[in-house]
Amino acid sequence: MRSHLRIPERFSGTKGRIVSLAVIIILIILLPLVANNYVKEVITNAFFYMILALGLNIVIGYAGLVDLGYAAFFAVGAYTTGILTKAGLNFWLTIPIAVIFSLIAGVVIGGPTLRLRSDYLAIVTLGFGEITRITARNLKITGGASGLVGIRKPSLFGYPLTHSSDFYYLFFILVVLAAIVAFRLHNSRLGRAWQYIREDEDAAAAMGIDPVRTKLYAYMLGAVFGGVAGSFFAVKMTAVSPETFAFTQSAMILMAVILGGMGKLAGAILGAMVLVLFPEVFRTIGQSRQLVFGIVLIIIMIFRPQGLWPERRN
Amino acid sequence: MSLYYVILQQLINGLILGSFYSLVALGYSMVYGIIKLLNFAHGDLYMVGAFVGFGTLGLLGGILGVGWLGIAAALLISMLAVGLLGMLVHRAAYQPLLNRRAPRMSLMITAVGVSFTLFNTVMVMTNGEYETVNTSLGYSGISLGPVNVTYTQIVMVVATALLMLALHWFIKRTMYGKAMRAIALDPDACRLMGINVTKTIGLTFFVGSSLAAAAGVMAGVYYGSIQFFMGFIIGLKAFTAAVIGGIGSIPGAMLGGLILGLLETAGTQLPFIGSAWKDVFTFGILILLLVFKPTGILGKSEIERM
Repeated sequence: MRSHLRIPERFSGTKGRIVSLAVIIILIILLPLVANNYVKEVITNAFFYMILALGLNIVIGYAGLVDLGYAAFFAVGAYTTGILTKAGLNFWLTIPIAVIFSLIAGVVIGGPTLRLRSDYLAIVTLGFGEITRITARNLKITGGASGLVGIRKPSLFGYPLTHSSDFYYLFFILVVLAAIVAFRLHNSRLGRAWQYIREDEDAAAAMGIDPVRTKLYAYMLGAVFGGVAGSFFAVKMTAVSPETFAFTQSAMILMAVILGGMGKLAGAILGAMVLVLFPEVFRTIGQSRQLVFGIVLIIIMIFRPQGLWPERRN
Repeated sequence: MSLYYVILQQLINGLILGSFYSLVALGYSMVYGIIKLLNFAHGDLYMVGAFVGFGTLGLLGGILGVGWLGIAAALLISMLAVGLLGMLVHRAAYQPLLNRRAPRMSLMITAVGVSFTLFNTVMVMTNGEYETVNTSLGYSGISLGPVNVTYTQIVMVVATALLMLALHWFIKRTMYGKAMRAIALDPDACRLMGINVTKTIGLTFFVGSSLAAAAGVMAGVYYGSIQFFMGFIIGLKAFTAAVIGGIGSIPGAMLGGLILGLLETAGTQLPFIGSAWKDVFTFGILILLLVFKPTGILGKSEIERM
């Protein structure tokens, strides 16, 4: 009965959604004309977290796997690009290499652990996140504790990307690309397999879906999102340091996904936006903002465990 | 001679470190055993314990001195306070989710939230600075050949052993311990038998948290400095220890802690590992163990349903 009622509702919803989406996109494109550098930086930062949240959402939301060390993939991308551009390689050429390394990192982390129970998976991913950070801090090639500095900013068709508006648009394009890829994935055969596994792994296995391999794909694809975001992060910041990839970073990305609503694309985007804008709006609370985050996380889990804008599950 | 000296010295260091790991691992294992929750905030309770102990020592130091008497008082007060804090965390954050039979993922994320809340509270209160724990314990002790074992080290190991014996007695010989073990097996049947399940889970949190606080106070006294972030890494290590022993198993947690402490101090002495790679070494052990023997040394295998 309800599904019958929902069909016309869906159609009008789609139309409305397209209109509001178009308005939002136009506003985003026009914003740098009026906004100052500070606003542009903050929103670029929000874009950046959106990409990471969309990536982690594949792992947590789509496939229902826990990952408390997502910053590791982000680190792999950032360090790959940082090291290679410093060695003289063109930035755009480092991206495919960063993707390959992220894929490898995804397999290395996922391969041995995905057979584990979910709570063990949480701690193992946490451990892997820490291993990545400690390794980056101890190796010479990653610049040790001080990290890499003086990474050159890239240029596009001869036009050097230096202004904050350049990166604003660059990251916006990345968000759009990431959202399209995430959306297509969600509705693909693989996306349906993830949902199936998330809801009932045994039934999925009985239907011929290989759970370990399917979960591994989620890890690998999530890793690619993180890696690419990391590559762009490295050239935007021109510096990479190991402490950027501490557990708090993984926890922030996780929070963006949880806050917005696991499994939902718009939720991850909303979550990342709230996560970045909230501390900027409440700058006065300064140091205690992470404290507030912790409390907010608990409250959300108690009162709205599906997040602010959850996926509608049938 | 020098090799013998190094081995003996590291054995003692490993034993101390292992005692701290064991105490923290016990709480992890108890909570996991009873509600199947990985309490990520457990390491932070250890940290809060260290700070409460430090604060109490500062307040009572004038009356009781900063020797054994003052430290014992700080230890007891910290255990009580952090035990109550653990109960509060359970009541405020976990029990609402348990009542709703929320998925384990939600519980785990709540635990991350609790951890964030606790360590950021302490960070704000201390401005993220190190605090130095001043005591009058000194370095006197007994000599075993070339190796010197301080009285502090001996007392810590003995205190840990006493706490563990007390816990063992509590779990095996009292009604409350029996209730805990019963709930770990089947909470619904326990409810029908008239056991107050929520209260018993709260008690488990109290006991586990106070053991972590004891470890925190002792670690503060032993290493001489404390910081808000000290709980994070030990939380991970203690979890590793609990898994080595077999999570959910009390003797397993004790054993796992000692094994991990000894392995880790041995690891720092190996070439290519050293102290810089110590944590990588530990997590490497954890991952290998989970892949090849996820039930640990004393754990029972179980089938998961999420």
